[in-house]
Amino acid sequence: MSYQKYYVPEESKYPIYIATALFLLVMGAAGTINDLGKPNSNSVYILYSGFAVFAITLYLWFRAVIREHIAGLDSAQLQKSFVFGMGWFIFSEVMFFAAFFGALFYVRNFSVPWLAGDGEKGLANMLWEGFEASWPVMSTPDAGSAFVLADKSMSWPGWGNALKWLPLWNTIVLLSSSVTVHFAHLALKNDNKKSFNTWLGVTVTLALIFVGLQAAEYYEAYAHYGLTLNSGIYGSTFFMLTGFHGFHVMMGGFMLAVMLSRSVFYNHFDPHNHFGFEAASWYWHFVDVVWVMLFLFVYIL
Amino acid sequence: MSAVIESHGHDDHHHGPAKGLTRWLYTTNHKDIGSLYLWFSFAMFLIGGAMAMVIRAELFQPGMQIVEPEFYNQMLTLHGLIMVFGAVMPAFVGLANWLVPMMVGAPDMALPRMNNLSFWILPFAFFILLSSLFMEGGAPNFGWTFYAPLSTTYAPPSVTFFIFAVHIMGASSIMGSINVIVTIMNMRAPGMTLMKMPLFVWSWLITAYLLIAVMPVLAGAVTMMLMDIHFGTSFFNAAGGGDPVLFQHIFWFFGHPEVYIMILPAFGIASHIIETFSRKQLFGYASMVWAMASIAILSFVVWAHHMFTVGLPLAAELFFMWATMLIAVPTGVKVFNWVTTMFKGSISYETPMLFAIAFVVLFTIGGFSGLMLAITPADFQYHDTYFVVAHFHYVLVPGSVFSIMAAVYYWIPKWTGNMYDERLGKLHFWLSFIGVNVTFFPQHWIGLAGMPRRIPDYALQFADWNMISSVGAFLFGASQILFMFIVLKTVMGGKKATPQVWEGSRGLEWTVESPAPYHTFTTPPKVN
Repeated sequence: MSYQKYYVPEESKYPIYIATALFLLVMGAAGTINDLGKPNSNSVYILYSGFAVFAITLYLWFRAVIREHIAGLDSAQLQKSFVFGMGWFIFSEVMFFAAFFGALFYVRNFSVPWLAGDGEKGLANMLWEGFEASWPVMSTPDAGSAFVLADKSMSWPGWGNALKWLPLWNTIVLLSSSVTVHFAHLALKNDNKKSFNTWLGVTVTLALIFVGLQAAEYYEAYAHYGLTLNSGIYGSTFFMLTGFHGFHVMMGGFMLAVMLSRSVFYNHFDPHNHFGFEAASWYWHFVDVVWVMLFLFVYIL
Repeated sequence: MSAVIESHGHDDHHHGPAKGLTRWLYTTNHKDIGSLYLWFSFAMFLIGGAMAMVIRAELFQPGMQIVEPEFYNQMLTLHGLIMVFGAVMPAFVGLANWLVPMMVGAPDMALPRMNNLSFWILPFAFFILLSSLFMEGGAPNFGWTFYAPLSTTYAPPSVTFFIFAVHIMGASSIMGSINVIVTIMNMRAPGMTLMKMPLFVWSWLITAYLLIAVMPVLAGAVTMMLMDIHFGTSFFNAAGGGDPVLFQHIFWFFGHPEVYIMILPAFGIASHIIETFSRKQLFGYASMVWAMASIAILSFVVWAHHMFTVGLPLAAELFFMWATMLIAVPTGVKVFNWVTTMFKGSISYETPMLFAIAFVVLFTIGGFSGLMLAITPADFQYHDTYFVVAHFHYVLVPGSVFSIMAAVYYWIPKWTGNMYDERLGKLHFWLSFIGVNVTFFPQHWIGLAGMPRRIPDYALQFADWNMISSVGAFLFGASQILFMFIVLKTVMGGKKATPQVWEGSRGLEWTVESPAPYHTFTTPPKVN
């Protein structure tokens, strides 16, 4: 077997542009957040410019990689590097969510019971005597004006109201989308591009429906339940976990939409060459698994 | 297909480095990027070191001498953050960039453009961190561990910039680690099985795994801080049902693997150098690999030994005490293996070997004081005293930093083609060795006697040892100027190095000429 050279581009301008974009993004974001509520803050323009440089460079960078692939520059070994790279990237995302699930586990099993006087460190109850533990925590230990207490939580409403409960529909939508993206993959392997485009289109639509339902749920929470980021630890964990998940759904959906347009407009992908799509679909399955965990630990239990 | 391959194979072969400044901005070459990392790390080492000098100058005598307490806190915080994230970690990544592709017989890192991005994020991140010194309310002042609520409720406004700087540093580390893992898993020369890999490569494979596992957790922690500070969440606020101790749990779940991230590559380096200058094969290669893997796995279940005094349940105190003590077993295996490698070897004491032997001895001292700290009841006395400061500086300075210096002396002939000045190298070693011990050994005693850490002033009975410690620190700091001079002198010229450089060296990087050509192993070598 002869060795096909491993393609190493001589030099590239994209990385330094991305690094600059990240610099602008974080300077802009930090400045904007620090200036919240202050008029005459220009930080948000730094944020926008960072975002623009980031988006344009990312577009050019991915375009370059796709062109290199089409020109046959990437060996089987290089493609394997992409496979490994995507796998480890998803592992890093798993650990990011693990931090938030860990926080949820800790408050539910330790800090909230302790504050209510249960368990080995129940001494903490002396801080706010009379606080009683429950999950969801509807009244915070210190019920002072710092918190906006919620009237209602997002938890399982009982069988009678199950069909009116948005998270159930969200679960159905997202689980189906994992199946449809798999159908798309099978169609591609069978060289049926038309069926591939259809199933991928269905998946992207389901992603949009999910994001829409999630937005409706947030609207409901803020407008009708009084459940906000400010409602104590239940609101904090609820919005951060579902919020980061929703953000990942948007990223994953965007990736799949890009793959769909590559297939429809440029006729990319064939039964043996479709790692771009495959990586996006792995990401999609990952987002789906995170949702199952959320459904279990945030909504049901 | 093959026509394309042929023509490109031909093109690349004659390319040297590009000319001018843009070579460094646009480069995809692992050796260029390795050099960038190493120089950046050295610059940060000097900046963080200058901050340490401010700290030691203030502590030279009791009473407030030079700086305001607020500024002292900022120096303390930035010194820790810069040394951990700016000096030690990038130095190891730089070494990985230079060495891993050559050691496994790869043409470059697996994802060369992303490699460039990993580096260039860092100067921006540290620019943000350092610029916080000039912001309203000053730089972060809550210690490098940034415990809530000091870092949330009571933090200066610059904490927002700090949070985002940590975010992009994390992105840099994760991308760098993915690159290292993929290079090792996918780019090894035919015949190089996992258990034939050089130990430095093994140490980095395990380190990169740890980094990918814990940097996202740190990102999660700072994100929760950001939300608590600006958007009303209650993660670290007991009034809302959260817990400030939760911050410590999340931080140390990241933080403990992090301290092994800063020592595992040092284990790899020490193994190579001791083997070479003992002119013997390393004793217990397989046990070295298993020991590193065990240390890495254990590092995930020991985090709360940093928190014995915050009020943990008794079961947790016991579990984390025993789990921590278990780490002494694989670490002991490594130390005994190094000693056994030297046993009956025909040892010569060039500068890298001096640093490596000092590493083994002084790191072991730091390990023993760690064992003392692991004993929960005893830790109630040691916690947050100078004993802790002495402990972690022993594992980090004569541990990690000495190993980095050893690596520079050991491989610089391969990088530059020139031998360093052996007499100056030995002088640098002895000055650093004396400086480090004079600085940090007395801190054990003043810590045991009760001097708390992180204070700008202290009780009179600690005056003498603090003065001695400061003198040692000034000596150690000044001798690093000599290090810079030696490195620059070697880069400029010197006795020409042979490909093998050292009599006892083995491994693929010693089969190529010195300096190593800009592109090595464009076709993989065969390993038997």
